[in-house]
Amino acid sequence: MSIATAIPSAASGRPQADPAVLRDKVAIRDLEFFYGQSKALNGITLPLYENKVTAFIGPSGCGKSTLLRVLNRMYDLYPNQRAEGQVRFDGMNIVDPGVDLNLLRARIGMVFQKPTPFPMSIYENIAFGIRLYEKLGKRELDARVEQSLRRAALWDEVKDKLNASGLGLSGGQQQRLCIARTVAVRPEVILFDEPCSALDPISTAKIEELIDELKEDYTIVIVTHNMQQAARVSDFTAFMYLGELIEFGPTDRIFTSPSDRRTQDYITGRFG
Amino acid sequence: MAYEHTARAFDGDLQELTRLVAEMGGLAERQIVESADALVRRDVSLASRVVAADGDIDRLQRDLEAHAVLTIARRQPMAVDLRQIVGAMRTATDLERIGDLAKNNAKRAMQLDSDFNPLQLIRGLEHMTDLVATQLKSVLDAYAAHDVPAAMAVWKGDEEVDAICTSLFRELLTYMMEDPRNIGFCIHLMFCAKNIERIGDHATNIAETVVYTVEGQPIADPRPKTDQTAFAAALNK
Repeated sequence: MSIATAIPSAASGRPQADPAVLRDKVAIRDLEFFYGQSKALNGITLPLYENKVTAFIGPSGCGKSTLLRVLNRMYDLYPNQRAEGQVRFDGMNIVDPGVDLNLLRARIGMVFQKPTPFPMSIYENIAFGIRLYEKLGKRELDARVEQSLRRAALWDEVKDKLNASGLGLSGGQQQRLCIARTVAVRPEVILFDEPCSALDPISTAKIEELIDELKEDYTIVIVTHNMQQAARVSDFTAFMYLGELIEFGPTDRIFTSPSDRRTQDYITGRFG
Repeated sequence: MAYEHTARAFDGDLQELTRLVAEMGGLAERQIVESADALVRRDVSLASRVVAADGDIDRLQRDLEAHAVLTIARRQPMAVDLRQIVGAMRTATDLERIGDLAKNNAKRAMQLDSDFNPLQLIRGLEHMTDLVATQLKSVLDAYAAHDVPAAMAVWKGDEEVDAICTSLFRELLTYMMEDPRNIGFCIHLMFCAKNIERIGDHATNIAETVVYTVEGQPIADPRPKTDQTAFAAALNK
């Protein structure tokens, strides 16, 4: 495994990630993950930098979704799944059994592959999550709902039908509704699990634009099978294969001259 | 490169680019040799054939660029594939310029009407042409074989070409001072020498492209440059 954070000197349109100002938001160290007896992640060590977008790429079964699910303890919903090692987040170890999962999932939000709006109004889709964590007055709640929908670039499209069902929206709008719902509880990290795989190119572009804006306030992790998407939206890329982290580095370098042969073969479509 | 893409048609696209570069390279090599022959032998009909054949190189460059653009649109290439396509486009640009320089020499060959034909000068020019043609051939081989050491050898070999150009310039200066009637002829030869020297520079550009394509990094050393003719110095001011 090579962790190369060396920054290529070539100028690019994107602001260059300067290691001097990178701060670890989450630090994964020697992480192992087991589905029953079988090991799905093997000794993963990886930083997730604050206010940066980190993409996890790799062929199906490489462990990238598993790794994402460790970050907000999604695996706790299933028996026989366990993680060992360190995932440092603000002084705590996420995989510690004592961690308050509800609080953790409010601070580390997740957007899934398929849009999953609740079968309730657009307004309630957002307000529901907020009420779980905060007691806000009507006016404050309205303001937070509007702010969240604006943040997810959905406000203009739904402001006149906040009481309509969330299920009546298009796929792309539903996904932005889910992003608004995630943003509403003011998380610090947002995990995206293939957020565009069910969307058309225009909706995909909107989500990508949104990710670009959201990273000003949040630390973002995205799992994607779309290599071009990883190249477009992320600042750092981690390539995983067979449960191991093969290469991690600035996205600009990973997609133009990766150091590991397996990374190169995967991103150029020679396997996977 | 070493083995195939899952989508094998992608390999076909890349091979087509390599083939077009090879075809352009073959034509460019021939143009260099024939333009020099035309100059040495004052062969006007050969010179006019060289001028006419330049259109073929231009056409191939357009074909290559169209194919490269299509491949990028169709395959969204990454890493070594992307560098290979960018490399093919850059190499095609260099080869097209080489063709233009050979054409310019052929045009000059058609205009040399003086009886003045100093053997030593002509031999110098011939030697320089041989050297540059060999450089081009080697770098095209390095391109086809993704051979970095061979490309680096070409890159370093350019110093010798520059050195011959400088000595030819001094010699031509002497002839011009000896007899002003030689000036027209010598100026033409000076431009021919300079054109050949520039063909050598394009060969080193291609060497740089080969290294970049294979390694993903540009050559780190500063470029060898020993063309110290007053002519070059004046241009560099």
